[in-house]
This record gives sequence, C-alpha cells and structure tokens, in this order.
Amino acid sequence: MTSLAVRGGRVLDPSRGVDLVGDVLIVDGRIAAVGPDAGRDAGEAVDASGLLVLPGLVDVHCHLREPGLEHKETIESGTLAAARGGFTTVCCMPNTEPPLDTPAMVRWVRGRAEQVAHVRVLPIACTTRERKGRELADLAELAEAGAVAFSDDGDPVADPALLRHALEYASVLGLPVIEHCEDKLLSAGGVMHEGWVATRLGLRGIPAAAEESAVARALTLAAETGGHLHVAHVSTAGAVALVEAYRARGAPVTAEVTPHHLCLTHEAVMGSGESPGGLAYDTNAKVNPPLRTRADVAACRDGLSRGVIDCIATDHAPHAVEDKLCEFDLAAFGISGLETALALCLSLVHEGRLHLMRLAEAMTIGPVRALGLDRHVPGLGTLAVGAPGDVTVVDLQQEWTVEPERFASKGKNTPLAGRRLRGRVVCTIYGGRKVWQE
Amino acid sequence: MRDDAREQARPTSVREAPAWKREHLLDVDELTPEEIELVMDTADAMREVLSREVPRVPALRGLTVVNLFYEPSTRTRASFELAAKALGADVVNIAAEQSSVKKGESLLDTVRTVEALGAEVLVMRHWQSGAPYLAARHTRLHVVNAGDGSHAHPTQALLDIYTIRRHLGDLRGRKVVIVGDIAHSRVARSNAWGLTALGAQVVLCGPPTLLPAGLRPGTSMDDGEVAMPPVQVEMDLDKAIEGADVVMALRLQRERMAGGVLPSLREYVRLYQINVQRLARARPDALVMHPGPMNEGVEIAPEVARSAQSVIEEQVTNGVAVRMAVLYLLTGGKA
Repeated sequence: MTSLAVRGGRVLDPSRGVDLVGDVLIVDGRIAAVGPDAGRDAGEAVDASGLLVLPGLVDVHCHLREPGLEHKETIESGTLAAARGGFTTVCCMPNTEPPLDTPAMVRWVRGRAEQVAHVRVLPIACTTRERKGRELADLAELAEAGAVAFSDDGDPVADPALLRHALEYASVLGLPVIEHCEDKLLSAGGVMHEGWVATRLGLRGIPAAAEESAVARALTLAAETGGHLHVAHVSTAGAVALVEAYRARGAPVTAEVTPHHLCLTHEAVMGSGESPGGLAYDTNAKVNPPLRTRADVAACRDGLSRGVIDCIATDHAPHAVEDKLCEFDLAAFGISGLETALALCLSLVHEGRLHLMRLAEAMTIGPVRALGLDRHVPGLGTLAVGAPGDVTVVDLQQEWTVEPERFASKGKNTPLAGRRLRGRVVCTIYGGRKVWQE
Repeated sequence: MRDDAREQARPTSVREAPAWKREHLLDVDELTPEEIELVMDTADAMREVLSREVPRVPALRGLTVVNLFYEPSTRTRASFELAAKALGADVVNIAAEQSSVKKGESLLDTVRTVEALGAEVLVMRHWQSGAPYLAARHTRLHVVNAGDGSHAHPTQALLDIYTIRRHLGDLRGRKVVIVGDIAHSRVARSNAWGLTALGAQVVLCGPPTLLPAGLRPGTSMDDGEVAMPPVQVEMDLDKAIEGADVVMALRLQRERMAGGVLPSLREYVRLYQINVQRLARARPDALVMHPGPMNEGVEIAPEVARSAQSVIEEQVTNGVAVRMAVLYLLTGGKA
C-alpha cells in the first residue's frame, strides 16, 4: 500500500461544493479520504498549507501533434506541459498525421500514452474519414477503441447532412460530436478577427458571422437529432447567445471557451507598441477562432460565469518556431496554452470577474460532465472517495513571468511572453504520483 | 564616410535634423506632425538638388540601398532607385521572381543575406501586410516600407501630402476625399494617418463592400480605446465630393468583380468614377490626385486625369524628392 497526503491546504471540490481546510489522502492511486487530519498517517506528504488544492485539472481540447508532427509536440512533451499546467487529464484532438480516424490509430495513441505520457490521455477521434468531411469515420469502432468524442477540429464538417448523420449516429454511442464552428466560405483568407484592428493592420478579417452562422446551424441539427453537440472554443457574443438560447430550449448542447478568448482581445495582434513602428503583427496572437473584441470577451466571461459555457479548454496548439517566425498571413494558427491556462484564468478571479469556485468547476468537473468523461473514468474531476488520485496544488499568490523558452511544451508560441501572472501550479499529482513539483 | 565628409556632402539648404531619430520608416502612423514637417522641409531641399544641372549630391556615397520587391512595381521601384542614386548610393534591385525566394528561402533569410552583403538600407515592397515590420525586428538595416499588402505605403502618403501642401499650403481644415477600394488600399490607410495628423478633414468614399470593418455601415468600432485616424465615411460620392479641396481616386483592381464584391465595372464607373460633372461639385480649384497606375475610364475619367486640376504627374516627380528626403533622414540626417 502506498499513500500520499496533501496536507493543510484549502481543498475545493466543485463537484460536491466542498470548500474546507484539510488534507487529501491518496492510497494506491485513488482518493481515500478528504478532511481535517485525513492524511495524518500517510507515507509521503505534500505540505499545502496556504495553498489551494483542487481535483486534477481536465482539458478537453488540446493538440499533442503525435503521430506525424513531432517537431511541434509529442505525447511526452505535451503531457509534461499539461502536468506543469496542473492538468492530469487531457483529451487530444485527432488532426495528427495520419489523423485518428481508425481504431488502430486510436489504440496506437493510447498505447503510446501508456508508455510516455505524464498524465492521462483520452483520445478524440475523427468525425469523418481522413477529416475530409465526405463520409463518416467508423464511429462505433472508434468508440470501442477508446475514443471519448468525435471531432474534425479545425476542418469543421461543412456538409450539413453529414453533420446531421454524425450527430444521429454518435447519439446511439452516447458520445458527443465536437464542432469547431466556422463557415470557411465566410472566413476564407482571414487571419484575425474582422474589426478595427484588422482594418488598421490591413489584414484579412474573419467575421464573427463565420462562427455564429456555423454555431447556429450545428445547434439546429443537435436540437433536431438529439445528438450531443459540444461547441468548441466559443469566441463571440453572438455564439454565446445562440448556445444559451438552444440550451434554454433543452437542446443537448455543451460548450467550452479558451483562456485566451476569456482574457485577450484582437488588440493583442497589434502588440504593446514596443516593436518597430509600434505594430507587432504578433503571430503568436494568431489563433482560430481569432481573438475578438472587448464585448466578445465580456460575453464569454459572462457565459462562463452563468454556466451557459460549461468549461474552459485550452485548445493548446503548439507550433515550431518557424511556423510563427514569418509573415503574419503565412503563420500557423494556435497558442501553446497548457502552461499558462490556469494562471491566465486566475487573473479573472483576482480582478473579481469570476468566482474561484466557478473557475475550479470549469476546469475540473465542468469538462468531465460536458463530455461525459466519468463514463470512461469514474470519479474523474472530483475528490470523491474512490476517484482517481489526481490532485493539483496551486499557490494563488505566487507571481511569475511567462518565459516560453522554459515551457515543457515544444510549442513556445504564446502572446503572453514576458507577462506577469499571479497564481502558479506548485504540484501536480496523477494517480497518486507526483508528476510535477516546483 | 567620416562625419566631416558627410557634412560637406549635405545638400546646402538642408538644416540640421535633430528631430529625426527613427531607424525605419514603416508607416505614417508613427510620425509626429513635426517629423512629417521635417520630411517636407527636407524634400524641398531635395527638389532643389533635382533641379540642378547635375542632379546629384554625394550624401549617401558609399552606402548601399537594396530594393527588395516581392510584388511587381514599376514606378515605386524606379522612384526609389532614382532617389538613392541622386544621393550617390549604390543600388541593388532584387525582384522576388528572380531571387532565391522562389526556392523557398524565407523572408528573414533573404533579409539577413542582404544585411550580410553589406547594405545599409532595405527598401521593401511585399504583398503581405506587416512583412516590413518582421524584417525591421530582425535586422540592423534601415527598413523603408515601400508598400505592404493592404496596410501601408508611407512614402506615397508623404509625397501626396507634399504635393497637396505645395498647392494648398496649410492642411488644417482642408477637405480631402479618397475614393474607391478603401478596404484594400494601403495608400488610403497611410494618407488617412498623415493627413489627419496635419489637421485635414479626410472623407473616405466607396461602396460598402470596398469599405473595411469598422468603417462599413452596420459595423462598429466601439471597442474601448480605438487607435484609428479620425476619418469620415460617405458612400455617396456626390455628397462626399461636395466642397472638397482634394479628390484622390484609387486604383480599382479588376479581380474585385470576380469575388462578388462589385456587380459590374459599368455600375462602379457610374457610381464612383471621378468625372467632370462630379468634380464640379468640389471647390473650383480642387486638386485631382491618383497614386497610379491609373485605369483611365474606370476610377477616373481621362479628361479629369489630364485636366489643369490634375497633379498626378507632379505626384510622380515629387515622389523622387520625398524618397530622397526619407533615405537621407534615415541614414544621414542624424549625423
């Protein structure tokens, strides 16, 4: 019997509304007890006095890039980045090379993760064969192989009839279809949000309507079929309103938002004014969906606070240096987000814009409930007795500077470089084992 | 070149230029009104140089100016070349089609190569907005933006301002109407910054599909602190042109029709061409301008382009003097 105690911290378990000062005891990789002095006799202990103790964070949207794009990230480097960011469970997107559109590929990722991953990896499989949007992938077999959801992330299913069939078919399997909602005809050629910053920089815009029209279409299909639609990375006020309207009507819809869409605006592309000529054309702020306006950011925060949006997901999208060190139009979309997600979102708590309990919920039980992950891993996202021994310890007050060159992720692409953040993951425990300690 | 040699090489009428501290010229948005004035004053001196029998001064002797053009351009490239040569610089022209760009060499590789060859000034034209900013961040060269995508064309705006000032003097309160494809126009953007900085009233005019976000009807710029020049938008050209001091037509790219942005050339001509009747609504002495190359009969009627009010050819002539001023200030003006 091995035991590990996290002692004397402020323990939050949003799944049950727990907020107490005490210990979390993990025995043989599972939560054994939570409460004052619960960890008194443990073999090993982590002193969490003055610190925050959460169920291990869960990210339902990240890109681990393996197989095929190992120069950007690997399952090993990506999950170490996850551990450093406080995540003990990550769902990886299937847009690898080859994509995860066959049971063999899903099993390969799970097998690789068993060998090298620092935290739990739950694969998401393709909705359509080769992510081409022409015919459904073998969804039932992908589910049997261990896929927890389906998505053609980045290349949304353009054919509405096919998306409708995917929702119908996936509903029998009890798995969600995750849609990156974007009408590619409306966004064609766009590289940032269509607004005054794009106008000033002379860059082609991606209108809010490109997202909202696709969200509306996907929502109507979910409502009609009863298939579970999970809307990936909501970024506009209009999209939040649409999700809210369909949820109110009882449509089987969940949604996520990224830390960057909660905290950054399209002005990040212009940069801080310290670059030559005052304009940065910061390719590290190039992301899809793009960073939007202040009003959109406010709507996303509000949607998250009120539960219209279920959870926070990083959309961790690591890229190699040369993918970003180029002309803005040519640069890859994406932000390396696993190692800054919690601290960036905590800035909202420090500013009084988001309750700590709601933030904790949106990064633990929120994503688990949104995708139904507890079906695959009972107790995930909680500190209930018998749940996986996944715990994240956070120093809410520690200030630090974002230094991408020190990321565990191979992706150093973040618009937050040099930014001071308050709140840092000091210890991550996965299955009763410390996988990261500062 | 030693400092005293440079002093002797200075065009006689150019004063000391303490206000100029910039390493690069990337857009007009970064320039203060005083800096714009300095470019204007320096351009006056360069005009005087150009009027001499031997229109040359050795102010940039020993320096190499590289014109790196990723987009075809005749007049801008020639204008920069003449400007650099009139200042005694060596000039190397690199057209992207002929260079290793086609072999997949990245922009930064090319820029570093130019630097390693010993050049001091990089004049860069690129079809992608922001490309000169990338170059400027990663090089010791002085970078002059000779037009980047839809973003900026600072020397064009400076020569436009110079031309307007020669005719109208002080720009304060003057009404400048810029007509056409505003959304894709780097000329309109740079002019909007420069003209408003000097106190002119700028009216942008075009069909809604050729107006960018924030300026298009139904789109809002209400987004907290908006850092944009204070321009007005008017989609009706007859209204926009009313009482204008300057009317500037922009080139209409014919591929806009294919994108469904405009119904037809015929309709565009009817609604947005600067013709004699429309020009009559402007002030009687209003200047007619065009950054070139013109589609005569499309955005501008031939008789207007050739009228006494047209300063289109003078824009080209002034372009050399203004570009000389820019090159001089970036390299020598701080000596």
